[in-house]
Amino acid sequence: MDTFQDTIFKLKRYWADRGCIIQEPYDLEVGAGTMAPETFLRVLGAKPYKVAYVQPSRRPADGRYGENPNRLYKHQQLQVILKPTPEDVIEQYLGSLEAIGIDLRKHDIKFEEDNWESPTLGAWGIGWQVMLDGLEITQFTYFQQCGGMDLDLVPAEITYGLERIVAFLQNVESVYDIEWAPGFKYSEVRLADEQQFSVYNFEMADVPMLWQEFELHEREVQRLLELFRVTKEKQRFPVLPAYDHVLNCSHLFNLLDARGAISVTERVGIIARVRKLAVGVAGAWAEQQNSKEEAAA
Amino acid sequence: MAYFLLEIGAEEIPDWMIEPALEDLRIRFQAAFAAFGGSALITEATPRRLVLLAKDLNEKAPDVESVFQGPYISAGAKAAEGFARKCGIEVDRLAKMQDAKGERYVFHQLTKGQPLAAALSEKLPEIIAGIHFPKSMYWTGKGGVRFIRPIRWILALLDDQVIPFEVAGVKSGNTTRGHRILGPKHPIPVTIENYDEQVLPANFVIVHAGERKRRIEAGLGPDVHKDADLLRTLVYLTEFPTPIRGSFDPSFLELPQEILSTVMRHHQRYFSVIKEDGSLAPEFVAVTNTNADPDGLIRQGNERVLRARFNDARFFWKVDQQKKLSARLPDLEKVTFQAKLGSYKDKTERVVKLASSLAAQTGADANTVEVAALLCKCDLTTDMVKEFTDLQGVVGGLYAKAQGEDDAVATAIYDHYKPVGMDDSIPRTLEGQIVSIADKLDTLRECFKIGMAPTGSKDPFALRRAAQGVVKILFEARLELPLFPLIEDVPPLGAFIKERIQFYLREVLGFAYDEVNAVLAAPLTTIPDLADRADAIHYIRPTADFEPLAASFKRIKNILVQAGAEGPMMIRADLLTAGPERELYEATGRVLSSIQHRPYRDQLASIASLRPGVDLFFDKILVNDPDPAIRQNRLALLYSLLTEFSTIADFSEIVTS
Repeated sequence: MDTFQDTIFKLKRYWADRGCIIQEPYDLEVGAGTMAPETFLRVLGAKPYKVAYVQPSRRPADGRYGENPNRLYKHQQLQVILKPTPEDVIEQYLGSLEAIGIDLRKHDIKFEEDNWESPTLGAWGIGWQVMLDGLEITQFTYFQQCGGMDLDLVPAEITYGLERIVAFLQNVESVYDIEWAPGFKYSEVRLADEQQFSVYNFEMADVPMLWQEFELHEREVQRLLELFRVTKEKQRFPVLPAYDHVLNCSHLFNLLDARGAISVTERVGIIARVRKLAVGVAGAWAEQQNSKEEAAA
Repeated sequence: MAYFLLEIGAEEIPDWMIEPALEDLRIRFQAAFAAFGGSALITEATPRRLVLLAKDLNEKAPDVESVFQGPYISAGAKAAEGFARKCGIEVDRLAKMQDAKGERYVFHQLTKGQPLAAALSEKLPEIIAGIHFPKSMYWTGKGGVRFIRPIRWILALLDDQVIPFEVAGVKSGNTTRGHRILGPKHPIPVTIENYDEQVLPANFVIVHAGERKRRIEAGLGPDVHKDADLLRTLVYLTEFPTPIRGSFDPSFLELPQEILSTVMRHHQRYFSVIKEDGSLAPEFVAVTNTNADPDGLIRQGNERVLRARFNDARFFWKVDQQKKLSARLPDLEKVTFQAKLGSYKDKTERVVKLASSLAAQTGADANTVEVAALLCKCDLTTDMVKEFTDLQGVVGGLYAKAQGEDDAVATAIYDHYKPVGMDDSIPRTLEGQIVSIADKLDTLRECFKIGMAPTGSKDPFALRRAAQGVVKILFEARLELPLFPLIEDVPPLGAFIKERIQFYLREVLGFAYDEVNAVLAAPLTTIPDLADRADAIHYIRPTADFEPLAASFKRIKNILVQAGAEGPMMIRADLLTAGPERELYEATGRVLSSIQHRPYRDQLASIASLRPGVDLFFDKILVNDPDPAIRQNRLALLYSLLTEFSTIADFSEIVTS
């Protein structure tokens, strides 16, 4: 039986063999692998790209103090971006399941409609949740728009829910019983942060401080975007750091939301504020990429 | 005569879009190739293929001859040359014909009918790319073809010949594909003869939806809860359906049945199994998209997922009981009803007020209605509803009961989303009906106030359904509750509700459109009253006197409009002439006093009996008398006839033959 890490190794190997760059997780808090710049920014523009990475994804509101066997504040996604989408993308995906030891002829696979949308990123796509014997194991999305822009090349995004898949492979009832490495259970590696972050996110996070942080990051993005607009020297301009601040805003919003600090009237407004930042940065990034191509031409 | 087979191979199409897409394909094909005849057009589909088979097509469209008439020969050579130039031939090749005015040039143009193969090649790309889907995507790059999911292959055979064309970079050919897992990885060549009955089944694809349905039904068993919608979903989620049966720990049966079946149906697409006593058995049937489960792995997997889901539900139930519904009221402030309309707390306050006033008008128990209205949205803050949103209301009802609220309150909360569709039943109790009406009316009122009326097919807040639900409750429960005074401060809503009443009377109760219009042009009272009036018209309509009388009413209306006569008008008895005029006046009075408090059918029968008198009046009496006083008096008589008898219906709306 493969451990949690074995399965990750195999998936990474599988996609590396199909031309993907194997990236490491992005080193900021994100709610999903989609938000990492390797997806959010790389899907923009006309340059082909293939990448796979594990992304620890934090969703403060999903925390359950480590008491629910299936729900986690932070779960691990394995994210694959294939831009543009190869024609045999689904066959490649099914091959990846075989690669981690699922004999598809002995199981039931269904592709059920599930379209993805992220209002905070101005992004949406069309796709499926992939069901294996009734268990959702993957989100498969054809990106259509990102940062409010139609995409030049349509990428396929394949997001594996690693805990679910491995719990299935190891036939355990609780994610905490997953064997992460020989002799080490998931609970030994991760239970403490599930507990502590649930306590912090739901009960102790300092709301005024979070708001202050949110506003500081927002102002920094706004400042940078304004400078980008007027600068002639676009190529060296720090668009990527601006995006980091957007990610901070997004995570702080999730924290405030979990903390119950966002009222009805505020909520829609805050989402719009984050989207404005994300769309602004995406636009700047696209412009920067274009100016680079022109310079190269 | 030729057969044409088209298979559009796509990645998995959402189940609910397949039938409409097939119908659209059929219509487009029919329109484009009508000239080629054909004896049958058959469509079939699986999630991965839309299939069309046209039988007995002519191999060539008929030649079409068009005749263009040119100038008369007498118009001279110049005119003739001009016409010939336009037709692209020499003057001496133009034909001539004789008509009443003389001899003229004519041009017979013969358009050769297009060969079928060429027409198919030319038109199919556009037909395929034009199939309408509620939500489509592009995949070949910005500006590329849009379809529901990427097209991966196209099979296009005219008898044994490939019709060549290309859509989104995919070239048509003579191959299909088998089942994703059970079929081979490579394309499979087919012919029209062996396509659906040999090649596809041999590669684990059942292309006929009806056959997949039978295959599922055969595996369900008599103890499985019938569910036509779920069955249809599964028919279009699978290419080779095989039902399997699994079980779950009977201890989960302590959870309410509603929750268990929702988890099974909506989240896992399982059929539930019913015991002989009607209660839920600890079993389920899942429909797989494969041929067998030899090692029981699929069953075990599904059981494991269901166990986790049920454990979640049990966990939610326990956690939710720690805070009573009434203690959740303040939390509703944090639940958005609609961005511009504030929170569910605001909504609750409005609904309580409205429901209480409706209770007072209908004799519903005031306390039950008030408590139910107050608590009905509180389940929105529970973990159970956050997880199983379709159980809104139901969970509230179950929790209210578990927490010791009055049974009547629990039932009213449980039912207050009902009816969720035209086929659903209305709330069981008067109190539930009142809360449901108040909730829906509030949504309608508030949305219309901020201009969010549904447009076309866009109705994000399901306002049509809400209005239809209100009408259905009022009719089926026979609540004599005047609806229009409740919405008179929101003018556009009046017209909207009227449309829904019209729809209900016509489509659900089956009255003719003019009968419905006649009733709705008369005073808008209560829904049961409107329905009774429509029923009376429908009943009396076939009788001999009714339609002629209706025609006379139309005439009266026109006369009054033309004369500019507006009420109120007094009839002076002393100015009435003896004979038909006075007789009509007296008959009117007699009928009026006789129909008081009579059922509508009787009233209409009496009114219809006025017909001979009215006919005679028009026959013998000139309304437009030279004496203005007499003329005015006759108009007043007609006016009174029209208004007195138009309270049931405006007869002039009746379309008479």
